[in-house]
Amino acid sequence: MPSDSQPISLNSPAFEFKSGVVTIPALNLLSTDINAITHQLQEKINQAPGFFSNSSLLIDLQALPGQDLNLASLVEAIRDASMFPIGIRGGNQEQQQAANDLMLPVLSAHSSNTHKPRSQEKKISKIAPATDNAQNTTSTRIETTTITQPIRSGQRIYAKGDLVIIAQVSAGAEIMAEGNIHVYGTLRGRVLAGVQGNEDVRIFSSNLQAELVSIAGNYRVSEGILESERNAPVQIYLNKQAIIIQNT
Amino acid sequence: MARIIVVTSGKGGVGKTTTSAAIAIGLAKKGHKTAVIDFDVGLRNLDLILGCERRVVYDFVNVINEEATLNQALIRDKRCNQLFILPASQTRDKEALTQEGVGKILEELSKTFKYIVCDSPAGIERGANLAMYFADDAFVITNPEIASVRDSDRMLGILSSKSRRAENGDEPIKEYLLLSRYDPKRVKLGEMLSVEDVQDILSLHLLGVIPESQSVLNSSNSGTPVILDENSNAGQAYLDIVDRYLGEDKPHRFIDEDKKGLFGRLFRSK
Repeated sequence: MPSDSQPISLNSPAFEFKSGVVTIPALNLLSTDINAITHQLQEKINQAPGFFSNSSLLIDLQALPGQDLNLASLVEAIRDASMFPIGIRGGNQEQQQAANDLMLPVLSAHSSNTHKPRSQEKKISKIAPATDNAQNTTSTRIETTTITQPIRSGQRIYAKGDLVIIAQVSAGAEIMAEGNIHVYGTLRGRVLAGVQGNEDVRIFSSNLQAELVSIAGNYRVSEGILESERNAPVQIYLNKQAIIIQNT
Repeated sequence: MARIIVVTSGKGGVGKTTTSAAIAIGLAKKGHKTAVIDFDVGLRNLDLILGCERRVVYDFVNVINEEATLNQALIRDKRCNQLFILPASQTRDKEALTQEGVGKILEELSKTFKYIVCDSPAGIERGANLAMYFADDAFVITNPEIASVRDSDRMLGILSSKSRRAENGDEPIKEYLLLSRYDPKRVKLGEMLSVEDVQDILSLHLLGVIPESQSVLNSSNSGTPVILDENSNAGQAYLDIVDRYLGEDKPHRFIDEDKKGLFGRLFRSK
């Protein structure tokens, strides 16, 4: 969600405006009972005090259309729990007015149902496909495909998220994933991770004999795999567009 | 309900028809009513191997086209009355086979037979696909050389994804590895892949190793399947394979040259 900077008077270039994308936990309210919210929030915080302490928090009212909520006491309760409410999303006119009175911005209500906890996506790379990326992580849940049968010559496997194979991958087979690929078995076929351009993904193999390895379109063929990397457990990742194979 | 076995390999010339004939006879000799079907339409061979080529009147395609009944086309083996052969048509091609027609024939056979052996043609086209589509068990024949192993691997992929069992989400086809034309001497010299090499690539349950043997060629030419030649290594290997398939626990033979010993050497055929 875009974080709007506070407008100040524009004189000399003492600063510049930049827009960025940050991930902030949202508190999806399902009840208006402040006591219940406070109680349950405290329970959550007790489970991981370090995680929540001084964390910013977005109050999401989209699941509570038109219900009566005392926003002021909610904000107070959240602050008492040592978290910083940074705005609300959704809610009716009264609630949005109440937010304005509390000097909390009202963020536009997105259609996406962001009830994911805290996304794993930490840093967003600067390159073009990154926007795709960010969209993927907010709008769809990352799925892991797990396969326990051998992948035979001529078979093709495509996974939208991560791909885990607990069997061998034969020569002449092709496995592809938009996310990471793990192969716990001999990997002899072609393996392509991050096929939608995600350069941060990795390939893990317990026995590398692949015909071709590729991450986000950068590839290395079997000939380019060193003897020391062959038949060995490795991880493969991308560093400045170069395929790095590292013995593990 | 019959058990449908497909004998397949991908590559040609590895011994599919020899194996189909051998295991069909082996199963029939054990008292199980067995049918063996030649799916190699246009390149009919099974009848030659089984020595019934002179008794072919109607064939597989005739039955599919309803020009003959199944009983008219089935040939009863003269040596073993539990064995029936459904020969392929030599004048047609594989396009004459339809999934519906094949399914109907197999269903009808299933009513009275215990085992149905489908002798697949080489390749991964229509004939081979239809031979394996309805299978419950697959005997994958491989020679100890890299091209054959890779083709078998490809076939295994098709078995696990394009069969009726795969499409219906049933229990997958049971796959067995048969390594044929195996020569321990050449393996030792490094000219041939070893059993371990092949199993490493295919990771498949080994049902048996059939040694390279002169008697296979002799039997094929004379129309007497090699399994009936109990003095030959290959014949014994097939007998073991049938026993193992039927659940007997028999140690593997013919893998090592040395194991034969003096006794084996004395009685080794040709």
